[in-house]
Amino acid sequence: MRAYALPSMSLRFVPVWRRNLLVWRKLAVPSLLGNLADPLIYVLGLGYGLGSMLPQVGGVPYIAFLAAGMVCSSTMNSATFEAMYSAFSRMHVQRTWDAIMMAPLDLDDVVLAELVWAASKSVLSGAAILAVVWLLGLTHSLLSLWVLALVPLVGLAFGALALAVTAMARSYDFFMYYFTLVVTPMGLLCGVFFPVEQLPAAFQAIAAFLPLTHAVAIARPLLLGEIPNHTVLHVLVLLAYAAAGFYAASVLFRRRLLK
Amino acid sequence: MAVLAVSNLRKAYGGEDVVAGVSFAIAPGECFGLLGPNGAGKTTTLRLSLGLIDPDGGSIELMQRAVPGEARPARVRVGVVPQMDNLDPDFTVEENLLVYGRYFGIPERSIRERIPRLLDFAGLASRASARIQTLSGGMKRRLTLARALINDPDLLFMDEPTTGLDPQARHLIWERLKQLLAQGKTIVLTTHFMEEAERLCARVAIMDHGRFITEGSPRDLIARHIEPHVVEVHGDGVAAWAEGEAGPLASRVEESGDTVFCYATDPAPLLANLARHELRYLHRPADLEDVFLKLTGRELRD
Repeated sequence: MRAYALPSMSLRFVPVWRRNLLVWRKLAVPSLLGNLADPLIYVLGLGYGLGSMLPQVGGVPYIAFLAAGMVCSSTMNSATFEAMYSAFSRMHVQRTWDAIMMAPLDLDDVVLAELVWAASKSVLSGAAILAVVWLLGLTHSLLSLWVLALVPLVGLAFGALALAVTAMARSYDFFMYYFTLVVTPMGLLCGVFFPVEQLPAAFQAIAAFLPLTHAVAIARPLLLGEIPNHTVLHVLVLLAYAAAGFYAASVLFRRRLLK
Repeated sequence: MAVLAVSNLRKAYGGEDVVAGVSFAIAPGECFGLLGPNGAGKTTTLRLSLGLIDPDGGSIELMQRAVPGEARPARVRVGVVPQMDNLDPDFTVEENLLVYGRYFGIPERSIRERIPRLLDFAGLASRASARIQTLSGGMKRRLTLARALINDPDLLFMDEPTTGLDPQARHLIWERLKQLLAQGKTIVLTTHFMEEAERLCARVAIMDHGRFITEGSPRDLIARHIEPHVVEVHGDGVAAWAEGEAGPLASRVEESGDTVFCYATDPAPLLANLARHELRYLHRPADLEDVFLKLTGRELRD
């Protein structure tokens, strides 16, 4: 049955991706500032404020510990937000997808474009935080530049999961469930603000399955100038989330829109 | 060779047949009108023909390609003006055309060459950098038409192209569609404006409850289904007049609200009778709308 076929992947997604880029370019400056402001407040507020009361965390000042978590969580937030609110607007409110599918493009092309676009935007967020981390002198290691290779993968994983949520959404309100039940808990469980090892064993076991844990597990050593352990495993987990989310999103969108 | 050939097409939603065995073929250069009340299955027929939804049965060939399997490449030669405007609100008039042209894989330079011509055609040359929100309904429709022409299609689908437009805007769209037909393009349009179908379409089909109930040129349909003269009578006492006197004077008498429609082959006795009454009346030739109402009934459709 067509609804359950694997998504067809082709470069046809590029013009749709360029459409989103053209819209973004009109609002680039406020959009970038918006992407930066939130994580920056966390880094500075928690990093310096809370950090000044804490001893070293994981052998480094708290703000340096926090930096890797903020790179990953702002990448997650950016991809999630784009693939939910913005994609939903284009699909449901503006009917942009309908217009695209009257051209020689399929739903699969549109969904792939949305995924790659969400990941692209999240790369900007992640890279912007990384730049700030450098400017604040929180990292000096060139190894930290490898984070730029990690960030797109994090964007793809969270973008894909969020698209699957969008495919089920009837209105914007629906997204609150995902934020409250998935995104926020993940921010607290996955080692963004404190080491996962601080959690009770049961929560640690849950955290081990969550994608953000694996993103942080690669990013933190890199920012601290160390080579991460079990990189292949972490990358595979993120890839699995991206693939599963993308497949689920493709099926759910087909069932919703091709009836 | 038909540009669109549909055979025994079926589509059901929730156990209810929306398209219930429709067959038709459209020749190159033709303007084909699909008429029907709301919910008759017109838009679903169009969406099926474009491969946007999968049929439950039957076969579709669009530009000699099997749909839905090869719908995507078939749409390279097709333009669509949908019922609901879905212009890109984030862009200017010009950007809408540019971005849409890219979806067809048209080289950037060719798109930019085509844009001024299309804007001229749509009467939007002075609005190239206007935002979509500042356009009137008629302008949006014309821009949607220009957008549908960005790939220089052979076949144009138009779903209620003039619904919601004022007469000026409507006439301008009709004028443009005639130009396109003169250029040899094929047009398939759905409408519930009979005047629109009579002006533009060489052939129309009237659709109701998912089926074609009749098909032919507007003139043929009028000759086949209805008496050539219509006298619409209204005014005080029209009900009594219809009851008492109208019957023998007309071949068919229909009451709708305060108006009585009399259909006749020879209107002379009817008009002579009306001259003796205080009733107001309008004598006119029968048109497609009379056929439509006869075949699909006068009850409201929602």
